[in-house]
Amino acid sequence: MAVAVAEGSVPIAKARRRSRTAGLYPSWFYLPAAIIFAVLFMLPTFASLFFSLTRWTLQKADFIGLENFAQFFREPFLFQGLINTLIYGVVTSGLKVVLGMLLALLLTSDIFGRGYLRAVVFFPVLVSTVGVGITFTAMMHPTQGLINETLASIGIKGPGWLTDPRFALYSVALVDVWKGVGLATVIYIAGIVSIPLEYYEAAKIDGATAWQRFWTVTLPLVQPATATVVILSFIGGLRSFDLIWAMTKGGPGFTSDVIASVIYKQYQAGFYGLSTAGNVVLFVMVALIIVPLSLFLNRQEVDR
Amino acid sequence: MRHAQRYIFGGIAIAASVVVFLVPFAFIILTAVKDRRQAATRSFDWPTSWHFWDNLVEVVRTQDFMLVTAFVNSIILTVASVTLLVVLGAMVGFVLQRRPSRWTPIVNFLVLAGLIIPPAVVPTIWVLQSVGLFKTLHGMILIEVAYGLSFTILLFRAFVATIPRELDEAAIIDGAGPLRLFFQVVLPLLKPVVVTVIVVQSVAIFNDFTNPLYYLPGKQNVTVQLTLFNFQGQFNTSLHLLFMNILLITIPPLIVYLFFNRQIVAGMTAGAVKG
Repeated sequence: MAVAVAEGSVPIAKARRRSRTAGLYPSWFYLPAAIIFAVLFMLPTFASLFFSLTRWTLQKADFIGLENFAQFFREPFLFQGLINTLIYGVVTSGLKVVLGMLLALLLTSDIFGRGYLRAVVFFPVLVSTVGVGITFTAMMHPTQGLINETLASIGIKGPGWLTDPRFALYSVALVDVWKGVGLATVIYIAGIVSIPLEYYEAAKIDGATAWQRFWTVTLPLVQPATATVVILSFIGGLRSFDLIWAMTKGGPGFTSDVIASVIYKQYQAGFYGLSTAGNVVLFVMVALIIVPLSLFLNRQEVDR
Repeated sequence: MRHAQRYIFGGIAIAASVVVFLVPFAFIILTAVKDRRQAATRSFDWPTSWHFWDNLVEVVRTQDFMLVTAFVNSIILTVASVTLLVVLGAMVGFVLQRRPSRWTPIVNFLVLAGLIIPPAVVPTIWVLQSVGLFKTLHGMILIEVAYGLSFTILLFRAFVATIPRELDEAAIIDGAGPLRLFFQVVLPLLKPVVVTVIVVQSVAIFNDFTNPLYYLPGKQNVTVQLTLFNFQGQFNTSLHLLFMNILLITIPPLIVYLFFNRQIVAGMTAGAVKG
């Protein structure tokens, strides 16, 4: 967007202009942010690569090679956390994509009570995660909880949502979806309303049914929104800690532990090296999933 | 026909939303105003007697007014970190958009890294300890700034692009230096995105549980989300107080939402639409 006026003049003028703009947009504007980011984020990240290879007391670090990582893959209670993190990430982001899309389609149609519905779906996003966790823990109580009491009144014996090892992780994942689907929905709404109406009209004139219009117009054109929802909720799901900690603390046993809760437990127990190794494992896992996924999703984008 | 459909689907959706989204909030409010015994049953029913004020006073007074300390701490934490985030993030976003240089790809890479990489917890504690900021509110403020910068820079960079460069040039001709140009010309023009950043980051930092849990332990440093956690152990049989606490810390985000819901949605959906 350079102004073309100076283009024809002598190189000296151009050089002077460049130095003048350099003075206007000085590099030291980066400095305060860069220092905070480097010291409190980059430095710990690089340090973690070293400390994950040690037995560490914060005062003293003994190098033990890959022993911490070996332990992570050997001990069932640590390895379970790894698997659970994957399950949790896939379940929450999958459900948020599907439900977010459906809700957005509903809430962009000409439906009665649209403003109220949008507000009520989005509000849980802003509520304290721990508060939501405690509330649902009470409602999921195996005998007294509202959910199982309601099921009992129609003759179904509800499971122990958070006390049964088979269900605990999925129950927490469902609450995560309840809290986060509003964000996916507003992202999809923004994507859908940006699609030009002419495309739908053209498709209609060509005799496309509502279903065909969804598959051939809406779905390809909300691709950027889908990419955002998938990436955001996957990163969030893999790193998730507070909801799990508020609801099950990784229990019963370690059946709903994820890497983030393992990191906290090992930190509390004083195994700082092992805890840091958990951090590195999580970092590698997030990078291995998110980078290829975002490259793939961004390539899928269609031209308008 | 279409007219009828509009109401039928709307009616079904509203009924479903009441069950799925409003019942949990009603449950919080009802439990918060019950007496100890009725709250302990976890039932979803009308309170036999109302104890709103009693419960409120008791929650506030518990543990030497811990909740008051927590609110003060959380408000200081939120205001200070958001102020720093806005100024520092806008400075980076401004230069990043205006002057492409050999730093630009590096900065872009670091911004993405900040969004994706989970923070390394124990090494961060180690760094904070060595600079004497562990267990201090100052350290916690800087942590929130470090973790929030990436998203803030992305928002600012996108918005700076919409401000015409001619304004910068007019400012130089009038004799403004870079600081005056930024603070007196550019920053005021960034107001819409500043509001968005303030609202989105305030809610995020006020609701942050994990980071204060790690970096800000200790009773005098407690933040609102941690009080909830402390109450959970202590009041295992006092659900009425626990839920009153939840209710109290849900009110600030609710107020923010009522006034700024447009900016929140705008900030959170940034990036969903290309172009």
